[in-house]
Amino acid sequence: MLRLPLLYSLVGGILLLVAGMTLKDAGNPRRLGSAAFWGLFGLLFLIGDLIPPALAGAMVLAMVLLAGLGRLAPGRHERLSAERLEQSLARLGNRIFLPSLLLPVATVLLSVAVQRLSIADAPLLDAKNITLMAMGIACLASTALACRLTGETPLQAVRETRRLLDSVGWAFLLPQVLALLGLLFADAGVGKAIAHLAAQYLPLDTRWLAVLTYVLGMALFTVLMGNAFAAFPVMTAGIGLPFLVGTHHGDPAVMAAIGMFSGYCGTLMTPMAANFNLVPAALLELPDRNAVIKAQLPTALALLAVNAVLLNWLMFR
Amino acid sequence: MDQTINLWPLLGIAAVIAGFLLRGNPLLVVCCAGIVTGAAAGLAPQDILAKVGEGFLKTRGLSAALLLALLVVGLAERHGLRERAYRWIQGIGDATAGGLLIVYLLARQLSAALGLSSQGGQAQVVRPILAPMAEGAWEKLHGKLEAAQRMRLRAMCAATDNVGLFFGENLFVAFSAVILMHAFLRESGHPLDPLYLALWGVPTAMFAFLIHAGRLAWQEYRRNGGARAKGGD
Repeated sequence: MLRLPLLYSLVGGILLLVAGMTLKDAGNPRRLGSAAFWGLFGLLFLIGDLIPPALAGAMVLAMVLLAGLGRLAPGRHERLSAERLEQSLARLGNRIFLPSLLLPVATVLLSVAVQRLSIADAPLLDAKNITLMAMGIACLASTALACRLTGETPLQAVRETRRLLDSVGWAFLLPQVLALLGLLFADAGVGKAIAHLAAQYLPLDTRWLAVLTYVLGMALFTVLMGNAFAAFPVMTAGIGLPFLVGTHHGDPAVMAAIGMFSGYCGTLMTPMAANFNLVPAALLELPDRNAVIKAQLPTALALLAVNAVLLNWLMFR
Repeated sequence: MDQTINLWPLLGIAAVIAGFLLRGNPLLVVCCAGIVTGAAAGLAPQDILAKVGEGFLKTRGLSAALLLALLVVGLAERHGLRERAYRWIQGIGDATAGGLLIVYLLARQLSAALGLSSQGGQAQVVRPILAPMAEGAWEKLHGKLEAAQRMRLRAMCAATDNVGLFFGENLFVAFSAVILMHAFLRESGHPLDPLYLALWGVPTAMFAFLIHAGRLAWQEYRRNGGARAKGGD
């Protein structure tokens, strides 16, 4: 049976290779810091489960310090010469799209098919992480196809990964650190404190004020946490159920559906939702790291207003 | 209910807001906020470190998925994936950047609603395929993109992927958000059919498409109208 640790070891191995390549790259002005960053990341994937959690935590903090204090820089990367690029373009044509197409298709097929497959009564893939495992295998298959089509080695794929990682930089770590903050917030009862304050000081006996508080609260809380899933239980337990459903007798299904979507409007507006807003800005090489948020802001604000109206209307049909 | 609500952890939120106002490095800001929150909740330094470590290891899947996709994208990019996408769209006579993005928005929303949310994505599709295609369509109609325009167009590509994904996936009954809502409401004494929860997302999803597609169409229209007006003065 293929389990998650195997996938993590593979990722760890790739990251250590990236770290090694960075260390040898004289074209990187901060090669020690950069190599240490990717190396620690790789080690956390490889041996994270074997070391005490406090040590893993210290490694994470070291990575954050390396990145936060500007010890990371992109290295130098060899591109194909213009002539060889044209050769590839002419030779491959639209077949160059195939690996990118295979990746999602294989992920979906595997995650559907594999749920039913098992060898000697042991499920083939880790049941709790089917999507991730399926994606891992699909990535390897697509990489193999890409190597075959282009005539490159898997090592070249790792080199190209380093090129892309260099363009994303520290933002690559941010989604995980944010998820971490979410866990700490939940443990410390931050959400409860907010809902407590709102319920205490806002006149939620007025129906439209309660609606507005729930919708805006979901968005605002998501902006702060970067994740609507963290905001939902807090706002729903603190405002939604006692006031919208309790005091005003609204339909809880409408409340939940539109409430979650109001949180998503918040996701579109915040740097805290790093993997949707900051990582793409880095991937697209945009100098303004908030450019994606700025592009989304009008859509998000208009939709938030629509949500408030929809909630007030549909919940009390 | 719980009468002793500790308000000190709210300092963590204050730290986030202060950090972003001071334009600090987001990694540092978030980490400091976490430490402040942990300390305000009365955790010892050793325990905070352990929590950081545990949380980080628990969320490794996030990074693993992105990293593995880079292997494929990186290699295909080296051999002209972006150039191919750029030229391919230029071969389509009447393609516009706005039209392309509206079609992508609809496809992304519908496929996510069917549970195919991995059919797209910023690293897998937006950077190597969607953005070069949008640029190709634009430059074919309007000539070379200026740097600022190119950046706005690329940002809009990323935004379109996000809007399509977010306001599609919640219509899929087995998506984690629907499961979360279902479980939470059931535990609070409101057992509801998950299908019912997904269905009530449809009105917002439709408005999300109308609003974002409307913006894309408006920008395309203004670009055309604007180009003509500029020629006049």
